[in-house]
Formats: sequence, C-alpha cells, structure tokens
Amino acid sequence: MKIFLAFIRKEFWHVLRDKRSLMILLGLPVVMMLIFGFALSTEVRNSSVAILDLAGDDISAQIIDRLDASQYFNITHKLMRFEDLEVLFRENKVRLGIIIPAGLQKDLLGEGEGAIQIIGNAIDPNTTTTTIQYVSAIIADYQKELWGSEDLPYRIDTEYRMLYNPQLVSAYNFVPGVMTLILMLLGAMMTSVSIVREKELGTMEVLLVSPMRPVLVILSKAVPYLALCFLDVLIILLLSYTVLGMPLRGSLPLLLSTCVLFILTTLSLGLLISTLVESQQVAMFVSLVAFLMPALVFGGFMFPIENMPKLLQIFSHVVPTRWFFEILKTIMVKGLGLAFILKQLIILSGMTLFFLVIALRKFKIRLE
Amino acid sequence: MRSLYYLLQKEFRLIFRNPAILRLIIAMPLVQLILIPFAADYEVRNIRFSVVDDDHSTYARQLIQKMDASGYFKLVDIVQDQKAALDKVGRGATDLIMTIPRGFEKDVVAGNGGTLFLAADAVNGMKAGMGMSYSRQIIADFNQEIRSEWIPVMPRGTLPLIEVQSSAWYNPHSNYHWFMVPGILAILVTMVGSFLTALNIVAEKESGTIEQLNVTPVSKIHFILGKLVPFWLLGIVSITISMGVGWLIYGLWPVGSVLAILIYAAIYLLAVLGIGLFISTVADNQQQATLIAFFFMMIFILMGGLYTPVESMPDWAQWISRCNPPMYFIRGIRAIYLMGSSLWDLRWDVFITFGFAVFFNGLAVWNYRKAAR
Repeated sequence: MKIFLAFIRKEFWHVLRDKRSLMILLGLPVVMMLIFGFALSTEVRNSSVAILDLAGDDISAQIIDRLDASQYFNITHKLMRFEDLEVLFRENKVRLGIIIPAGLQKDLLGEGEGAIQIIGNAIDPNTTTTTIQYVSAIIADYQKELWGSEDLPYRIDTEYRMLYNPQLVSAYNFVPGVMTLILMLLGAMMTSVSIVREKELGTMEVLLVSPMRPVLVILSKAVPYLALCFLDVLIILLLSYTVLGMPLRGSLPLLLSTCVLFILTTLSLGLLISTLVESQQVAMFVSLVAFLMPALVFGGFMFPIENMPKLLQIFSHVVPTRWFFEILKTIMVKGLGLAFILKQLIILSGMTLFFLVIALRKFKIRLE
Repeated sequence: MRSLYYLLQKEFRLIFRNPAILRLIIAMPLVQLILIPFAADYEVRNIRFSVVDDDHSTYARQLIQKMDASGYFKLVDIVQDQKAALDKVGRGATDLIMTIPRGFEKDVVAGNGGTLFLAADAVNGMKAGMGMSYSRQIIADFNQEIRSEWIPVMPRGTLPLIEVQSSAWYNPHSNYHWFMVPGILAILVTMVGSFLTALNIVAEKESGTIEQLNVTPVSKIHFILGKLVPFWLLGIVSITISMGVGWLIYGLWPVGSVLAILIYAAIYLLAVLGIGLFISTVADNQQQATLIAFFFMMIFILMGGLYTPVESMPDWAQWISRCNPPMYFIRGIRAIYLMGSSLWDLRWDVFITFGFAVFFNGLAVWNYRKAAR
C-alpha cells in the first residue's frame, strides 16, 4: 500500500510539473463554456440582405423600413440590376435577395394582389430557410396592418408551456454536453497517451521490474487524471452557476457521484486503448477518431439522435457519453432523482466493468 | 538543395514505413464523411408527442391525426392524465404533451375560441422552439380548415394580398448533406495538416534524434521545408480522396473548378502546416503537442462556422473569427463547391489565407532553434 501511494505521488508530480499541459487541461473547460455560452448561436441574427426595389413606391418603402428595423437582417446592398445578386452570392456577401416588383402598390390597390420574391442562398439550408420565414412573417405582419385588425370566427388558441427551461436558454443543453466531452478527452485520451508514452520511452520496463504488481503500476497512472477530471467537473459546475446563471435543480451529491462513475468509465477506456496500441500518435488518433468524435456526434447534445438513420441510432447505444448526457440532463435540468436514471447508471456501470476486464486481460507484463 | 532532397527522402520513408499514419489518412476521410453528414442533421423531425385527450371529439381526433401525419411529430401514445404525461417527459420517453381540454370542440364551434395546451421538454431550447413553431403552423392550418368548413367562401378582393414567393438557389432541395460535406473536407485538411505536423517534430525531440539533425550542416529552412513538404502533399492527397468519397456517397461534385479547390487547399494547407510547426517548436513532448493542437483546433473549428453561422455571433466573437484561418477556408470551399465561385470571387479570402501561411511559418522558423537552450 505504501509503495502504491508512492507511485501515485510520482504520477501526480508528473502531471503537475508539466505546467503547460496542466494549464490547458484546466483552461479547456473554461474556454469551451465561454464559447458555447456566449459566442455560438444557432439563432439567426444580422443576416446580410440585398434588396432590388423595382417599385419605388410607398408600400415598398414601408416594407423595406420594416425589414431594416428587424434585428434579424441588415440591408447591406441596394441593387440596381438583378444580375448583381448572383455576383454578391458568389462572393459570399449576402444570404438573401429580396425583389420587389415594379408597380407593387398599383397591383395591390387595383387587383388586390401583388408578389414579392425572395431568393435565398441555400448553401446553408437551415439558416436560410429560417431567414426566409422571418421575412415572410414580417411581410405578413405588414399585410395585417393594411387590413386593420379583425378577429376571425372559429378560433383555436394555443397556450405553450416550456417545461424545465421556460426561457429556452441554450446553456441548459450545452453545459452537460461540454462536461461529457471534457471528461472523455481527459479520461480516455490523456490517460492512454501518458501510459503509452512510458512504453515508447522504454521507462515502462523500469516500472514493471519494481516490486509493485504491474496492474497497480498502471492504475496509479490513472489516479491523477481522476483527480483532474473531478476538478474540471467542479470548474464547469461553478462557471455554469455563476457566469451562465444555470441553476442546479437536482441533488449535488447524486450528481457528483454519477460524475465519478463516468470518470471511471473514461479512465477504463483509456486503459483499454493503452493496452492495445504501441505509439503515442496511434493512441491519440484512436481516442480522437474512435472515442472523441462519436462522443461529440452521438452524445445527443449537438445533434438530435432521433433524426439519425436507424442504423446510427442503434450504434449510438454503445456510446457511453449518450447515457451520461441523459443522466446529467435529468439531474441538473429536470431536477429528478435516482429513480429516473437507474437504467442509464446500470448501462454505464456495465460498460465500465466490460472495458476494465478486457483491459486487464490484454495487459501484458512482459514486453515483446 | 541536395540536403533538402535527402531530408525529403528520409521523411517520406518515415511516413511510408508507418502504416498507422497511412491508414489514418485513408480512414479519417471515410469515417468522417460517412458518419457526420448523416448524423449531423440540424433539421428537427420526429418530435415525439403524447396526447391527453379529455374531449374525445371529432376535432380532437382530426387534429391528432394531422399532427402525426405532418412528418414533424410522431404520436407516442394517448395518456390518461397530465401527471402521467409529465412523468413520461421526465423519463425522456416523450418530448411534447398536447392537452385537449373537455369541451374543446364545443367551444370552437360556439365561437368562444377553443384553447389547446402544449407543454414541451425544453432542455434543448432549439429543438423546443422548432417544435413550437411547427405545431403552431399545423394548428393554424387546422384552424383554417375548420373555418372554411363553416364559411365556404372567404370574402376575396376586398383585402389586398401580398404573396411571398421564395426560391432557394444553389441547393434547391435544401439538402443538408450538401452543406456539411464541403465543410467536413475543410476540417479534414485542417486536422491532417495540423496534428500530423505538430506531432512530427516533437517526436524527433522526444526520441532525441533532433540532436543528431541539429549537428548536421542542414540549415533551419531546409529542415523545416523537409518537414513541411511531405505533409503538404499528404494533405492534398487526402482532400482529393475525400472529394471522390463525397461524389461516391452523396453524388456531390464541385460546381466550380476542381483545380480552384486544390489551389486554395494548397495555400490553406501552408497556413495549417505553419500552425502545426509552430506548435511543435513550442511543445516539449507529444502529449503536450496533442493538447495544444487540440485546444486551438477546437476553438478554430467551433468558431469557424461549420455548424453555426458566423454572422449570428456577437461582435467580439466575429472579430476573433476574422483571425481564424478555417473560417475563410470553410466558406470558400463551400462557395466553390456549391456556387461555382472562382478564386477571383474569393480573392480577399485567398489573400488573407496566404497571409496566415506567411505569418505562422515565419513564426515557426523564428522559434525553431538548433542550439539547445
């Protein structure tokens, strides 16, 4: 036991003396929280719009005023010819072109009908579709004003309630997501690389001839990362509470113990990778391509799993982050207890055990 | 010049004798191109909904039917009461509860206005918001149908009607794969270029062979060029393979010229390799290099407009993304791929990318020292 503690102390020094890596490991969650919290947004704002106003009458002027006043668009270009629009598209200058035909006012007041054309650059289909919807909504509002308000009969009203997140704050979704990613990165990638490093440098041989049981040598390498992971969890929780103003609705002890369980899952994954590969570069790419990317794609926090093709949906069941993300959401945002996450906990524990058993069986004491 | 030739020979041998790296260069594009466009679909469909139907009327049945048939919503079940439904949301078994109160149909017909109650699981705010606007549209349509049943002829001509015609250029079916594939090509080039180069010099540091190189008469520039050129070529090979894969799987071939893509990629690769080189001159070991590269690539890619539009960011973030090489390349390659933009259309972006290349490589050469510190 005493030797084991000494080994753990050695590993701690190893991690703590590499100031640069340490700074990144602790800084990464902070930066990611800030980027997701403040910089990224799927909302549409400030879309650049070009307008070709062939009408030049009161109604077209009023519509342009409405569009310009909206925070969704900036009218950046007033076109003189239709051909110019294509050039602007190709140079990535605008997202939408709005064309108001000649004689709009005359058509509207005379025949009671007029048409406005919107051309969207659908390279980014979702954003463009949303932007087109906003333009249509603004024009529809304007049309209602022309009509004067009038309640239609046989009305259906709808009342909406947004459960758990009435203001639709995006932090409620990404804070748990960032947590799963950081733990995956630290637990699986860093642990595996640091073990393989000893193999590559040949110092593993030295460690293996020590009086310690070889398995404990390896386990002692995982301990500092366990501590670091836990520290990162605390940093993320603190930041989400203070800077992003996200409440923690469930029980803190339950949350922290599930975090420890997931950290153990990632560490056992890291151990497994380290027994399978021989060089740091391969260890890194394996954890990057086989673990981190699926964690991002199938974690459920960036892309809804239910939209994926059936085959990928089935595949997502073997990705540990998916289950952990569900646990985090249930505890942190929904504020529910143990009864609601039993299934996920059992699956994660099973995975952890599975990885550990394989890693220990694959672990070779002798070097080839 | 001769020494450069031998250095290049050495580097190529090193790469070709390491099957892991070669496999990686083939496997990464395949995995990413097959996986991500299928998985990374922001379009919200199949929102699961449960109904608490206290009315049991024809309208209630029609509305449920209409929601289910819309393609956006999928009926999970009809639940007894509100509490059971909320419990289902808690367990994540359904996303939306629609409650049809007693006397709904009667209220609508009587002209008092019937009220529906919808409650959505809003942990993922974006999804909940989309669900809300879809359901609003479906209910409004349904409302219109009922109205035209009762009032067959709407007064026409008295109210001016503005019709909005919209068309989507360059991607007429609004296919999300078309958006993702060129973006992923850009990310691939970025990853291959930066990670492999960052690790390469550091590996020499770690195994001590860099000392041997430092005592040879090889000049600083030749040494760095010897490291740059192989990965530069590998990056170009990798993007060419990926373009083929994109065509095979998604039937997507650039509208613009392939040559333009390759030329822009070549310039962009110089910038990315420069970043990798710079990282490798800073880091002491491979673990550190990995972390530093990962840290910056993560920021670059997240803020590069791959998934979320750059223009939606706040001003300070947009300023940062102006110093972000992948941002220029992602939007450039998309423009060439889908709109057929020429390099002349993108001249400023290309020019700035070239500037990044000069800057980062200069920094790397300046920071690389042959003498031990």
